[in-house]
Amino acid sequence: MYIYADNAATTKMSQTAADTMVRCMQEYWGNPSSLYMTGQKAKEVLEQARTDVASVINAQPREIIFTSGGSEADNQAIRSAAAAGAKKGKKHIISTAFEHHAVLHTLKKLESEGFEVTLLPVHENGIVVPAELEAAIRPDTCLVTIMYANNEIGTIQPIRELGAICRKHGVLFHTDAVQAVGHLPIDVQTDNIDMMSASAHKFHGPKGCGFLYVKKGIVLTNLIEGGAQERGKRAGTENVPGIAAMAAALKEAAGSMQKNSAHQTALRDRLIEGLSNIPHSALNGDASMRLPGNVNFCFEGIEGESLLLLLDDRGISASSGSACTSGSLDPSHVLLAIGRVHDVAHGSLRLTLGEDATEEQVDYIIKNVAEVVEHLRGFSPVWRELKEGKRSYIL
Amino acid sequence: MALYSDKVFDHFRNPRNVGVIENADGVGEVGNTVCGDIMKMYIKIDDGRISDVKFETFGCGSAIASSSMATEMIKGKPLDEAMQLTNKAVAEALDGLPAHKLHCSVLAEEAIQAALIDYYTRKGLELPEELKKAAERAAKDEH
Repeated sequence: MYIYADNAATTKMSQTAADTMVRCMQEYWGNPSSLYMTGQKAKEVLEQARTDVASVINAQPREIIFTSGGSEADNQAIRSAAAAGAKKGKKHIISTAFEHHAVLHTLKKLESEGFEVTLLPVHENGIVVPAELEAAIRPDTCLVTIMYANNEIGTIQPIRELGAICRKHGVLFHTDAVQAVGHLPIDVQTDNIDMMSASAHKFHGPKGCGFLYVKKGIVLTNLIEGGAQERGKRAGTENVPGIAAMAAALKEAAGSMQKNSAHQTALRDRLIEGLSNIPHSALNGDASMRLPGNVNFCFEGIEGESLLLLLDDRGISASSGSACTSGSLDPSHVLLAIGRVHDVAHGSLRLTLGEDATEEQVDYIIKNVAEVVEHLRGFSPVWRELKEGKRSYIL
Repeated sequence: MALYSDKVFDHFRNPRNVGVIENADGVGEVGNTVCGDIMKMYIKIDDGRISDVKFETFGCGSAIASSSMATEMIKGKPLDEAMQLTNKAVAEALDGLPAHKLHCSVLAEEAIQAALIDYYTRKGLELPEELKKAAERAAKDEH
């Protein structure tokens, strides 16, 4: 059996998206900036994609800027808000400790340029408390950037409330919605969102393609200078096949969202229940305010990379927040942010189910994770000490 | 390119000399759960040779493979040979490790040295020159 359970890392392109992409490359290969018919046909495809993307999130087409993906969108949104803030002497930004690195590293850079950054706590359940955001807002705050749903533990933030607080205080609100778009119903109007980043390959679209929603009236700063594409805010000939495929994938995801969500949530909960039976394990993040397909566990006494490799041998693709899989000495900053200590954060496992996952697959995962955890604990000196009472259980 | 060599995968999937030696003559443990790797080596000494060796490891694939390979390389060897096992030799025997995983082979070397130091200390014997430096380093690490 082969089970791809790493849909938070990337998703397989849908047939519709792939077909759209190929047709675009063969039929609408012109440069959208060209005046003749071949160019204008490509331009039509591009603008139709913009309209389709906008309508899924209840935005205006002119509020959509196509980018190379989520990271670029995050960078541009944050840089733009910072530049606008700096002009008014506002150099304070609020975010959270468990953002994606595309956000955190951009903020780090801004700190070195004289900005001050406040990272809100995300608590044990991985959810921001709106009152804590309100308390952190200062007269010089120019931006609040909080992810819609976390990429590792899948927790969904009270975006509407957070956005309302920002509106009330006249502060720009950006959300990295890379994990949410195509999976959760998003309405940028009622959710009070000013800027929002998305990435196509997280919802069965192609890699190298994403978009930034920018509420009308917000001035963007260019990351890429050059031609006048994307209203002069993002130079470079548009990736028409990618953009068209992204729009097709998003429309498809939006159309079957309710059905998919119910299916995935039921399987997610079955998986959580099954893995909870493994002794000294714990779910990371809130059990209900989480993405439909996301399951993230810590298992005491073992290390995540060896767990992943052995699951791979059994046909299960998953991921972990252990230091060994991140290439650094520290385990996942997300797990540390929700208060998991290093000892157990190294033993984490993220399983993100796709829309086509089945009960049979979930049961296979439960059985195999339990076996592999037991195997690894069988020669773990940490587990022996826990068992013999020489070390105290954390989970 | 695969993450690890076939040899690393082989030792990771089928680790040799896994377990505990009750009444071992020397036990060495290195690493900590904060960094995510702990290796524990148990050795049995007969007639100046490592007659048996077992290990327990909490760690990634290369940490488990390094422990396994290191035990194979010292099993049956005279003490003076075993104490000269280097991390480089372990890594080479595994057909190489990725650069950021070389510390796993260092841990394997240190775990064996720690077990040998424990043996000499228990016996009240003076540490051979090869182990003195390791003992000093281990003492420093504890502070």
